[in-house]
Amino acid sequence: MLFKGSEKMFNQKKDDLILLAHGDGGLLTSRLIQEYFLRHFNNDLLGTLTDASVFQSEKGKMAISTDAFVVDPIFFPGGDIGKLAVCGTINDLAVSGARPLYLTASFIIEEGFPVADLEKIIVSMSQTCRGAGVQIIAGDTKVVGRGQADKVYITTTGVGYLLPGANLGYQRLEAGDRVLVNGCLGNHGLAILLQRETLGIQSRITSDCAPLNGIIEEILKRFKGIKFMRDLTRGGLATNAKEIALASGMDFWLDEEALPVEENVKGVTELLGLDPLYLANEGKFLAVVAAGEADELLKFLKEEMSSGEACLIGEIQAGGGNVYLRTALGGTRKLNMMAGAPLPRIC
Amino acid sequence: MQNELRDPALGRQILSKITPLAQKAARRLGRPAILMEVCGTHTMAIAKSGLRNLMNGCLEMRSGPGCPVCVTDQRDIDKIIALAGQHNVVVATFGDMLRVPGTNSSLEQERARGSLVEIFYSPLEAVEYAAGRPQKEVVFLGVGFETTAPAIALSIAAAKSRGLTNFSVFSVHKLVPPVMEALLSDPELKIDGLILPGHVCTITGRSAFDFVTSKYGMPAVVAGFEPVDIIQAVYLLLKQIIDGPARVVNGYTRLVREEGNRKAQEIMQEYFEPADACWRGFGLVPQSGLALQEKYSFFDAAARYPLEVPEMPPAGGCACGDVLKGKIISPECPLFAGACTPLRPVGPCMVSSEGACAAYYHYEWAQADA
Repeated sequence: MLFKGSEKMFNQKKDDLILLAHGDGGLLTSRLIQEYFLRHFNNDLLGTLTDASVFQSEKGKMAISTDAFVVDPIFFPGGDIGKLAVCGTINDLAVSGARPLYLTASFIIEEGFPVADLEKIIVSMSQTCRGAGVQIIAGDTKVVGRGQADKVYITTTGVGYLLPGANLGYQRLEAGDRVLVNGCLGNHGLAILLQRETLGIQSRITSDCAPLNGIIEEILKRFKGIKFMRDLTRGGLATNAKEIALASGMDFWLDEEALPVEENVKGVTELLGLDPLYLANEGKFLAVVAAGEADELLKFLKEEMSSGEACLIGEIQAGGGNVYLRTALGGTRKLNMMAGAPLPRIC
Repeated sequence: MQNELRDPALGRQILSKITPLAQKAARRLGRPAILMEVCGTHTMAIAKSGLRNLMNGCLEMRSGPGCPVCVTDQRDIDKIIALAGQHNVVVATFGDMLRVPGTNSSLEQERARGSLVEIFYSPLEAVEYAAGRPQKEVVFLGVGFETTAPAIALSIAAAKSRGLTNFSVFSVHKLVPPVMEALLSDPELKIDGLILPGHVCTITGRSAFDFVTSKYGMPAVVAGFEPVDIIQAVYLLLKQIIDGPARVVNGYTRLVREEGNRKAQEIMQEYFEPADACWRGFGLVPQSGLALQEKYSFFDAAARYPLEVPEMPPAGGCACGDVLKGKIISPECPLFAGACTPLRPVGPCMVSSEGACAAYYHYEWAQADA
């Protein structure tokens, strides 16, 4: 537990840049913790500043998940590395049928990183946590020399309880089940790409980065016909569907015309030779639901959960681990796992 | 108009007329007609729309030499990789070249070993990049056809007007009409009609391809890239095959003019001159490449870095050459999806986003089938 440190015993002016000494466990580390991490993450468990946070457990099964975040750029339309680090781990727990409770956050910071940017990230994490009803109860900070890391990397670990009655597993997939997504595909990956490359493309494409635990808990409570969920991060819908198909031995049949993609995302991906089905999302899940509950689930998401773009995009059939896309023309194409990040066309 | 060209109902309507035509053509030929889409962008559009599978049985579609990365000669790729190893050199490239395998390495692997490789979407960005790093030598890889060359010419103009001394172009540009000559004069060729590349024709003009019918009697249609464009081209080609006469029809009138884009042609001629070039699968094709004009040799990376690399045989079993000539389809290559995958490509057709093998791998073949 390295948020721990000595008491406030200095009154110098605030530092502008992260120094190696901010990670040495001494005075500067302590000040960084007090003035930024503790101030914004502010909760009783973290505030004890002990080597480990101790919390009361409930009965039942627990879930734990961890993820490292190295996104570049660290600030992007619709989010930042901090929000992403919170949402990513929360969503991994949520799609597993768990209610996320606590997170830990571990920072690797490059020497010379502006303290103001670090604070922006911490504030963003704190706000995202508050919105999602989780707390950051342990953390760590390390500083590495200039050039030995790129700005800041964050690792979050989350724990939560399995929701009572939650029973998600690809073993439950059956022919006839329907496939649903909760909104438009490809925004996060494209928003990042457009920030990273100086393409001169003016677009309003924003990342869909958002915590999904609230919405998922609601639908799992109401719809026992939900058999499996997956958040559609790296590799996008196509890669994730293929992984589920291979694991379950069932086939996915998706309808091209039903897939929700924003018009501007469609336009830009076409221009760049990318496929939105392979682009990462950070606030989207795929759910496989029993046919009898599919329409009701869709209606509930649209009307009660403000997921107006949620869509039923296909169905499960017996088969051999394939993902088929029925094209608008009436043809069929197979979707495979992403092999190497998508690259733009050149002529 | 774009929306109309994507209208699935319209597409299906034309498609329904194609099947009986294709059957008629097959009866006339004694086998299903074989059409070649020359351009890699067409290959991808066909794969994505599921068109091939809709035509299944009554019509065959094959890819041609129209993916610029795929036709780049092994030796040129080795030279590019050697360039990346030069002191202080930053290789600036379109993304497609990154994972293209040379004899022993790729730019991606060289980058991991410490070479400087930067990806750009536009050559003008690379000029900007060079301007900001006067201590580095930025070499832009000019890989592409008539469509890419004018933009690269403009980047040289920009570098010149800004007085940059650290920007140069390694030109392996290729020209489509000469390679079509080479393709069509191959006695083993078994193609009944050509879908000509709409983007290239926008620059060259439709008339630049008249020789396809006047000299070789081959039906041809210049096509755009929306599903309805391609279906229409197939329809028009089948009509030609059945009723004749063969001619080069402009099916992309919203962009392609008879004489092409004069302005782009002038820019190209100012900076480049035709030169002999080696194509993967074809070997040396006379006057089919573009070299920098003598007066711009200062910006010519080939002159600045006179690298010699040995000529190496292509990887054993790699059939990229036969794929590019339309002799086989990708899954017929013995390495397809086994030894050669997008992650560990043996030939460039598997790695380029417009490569025929990549199109098959990503859209028309299933891992679970293997």
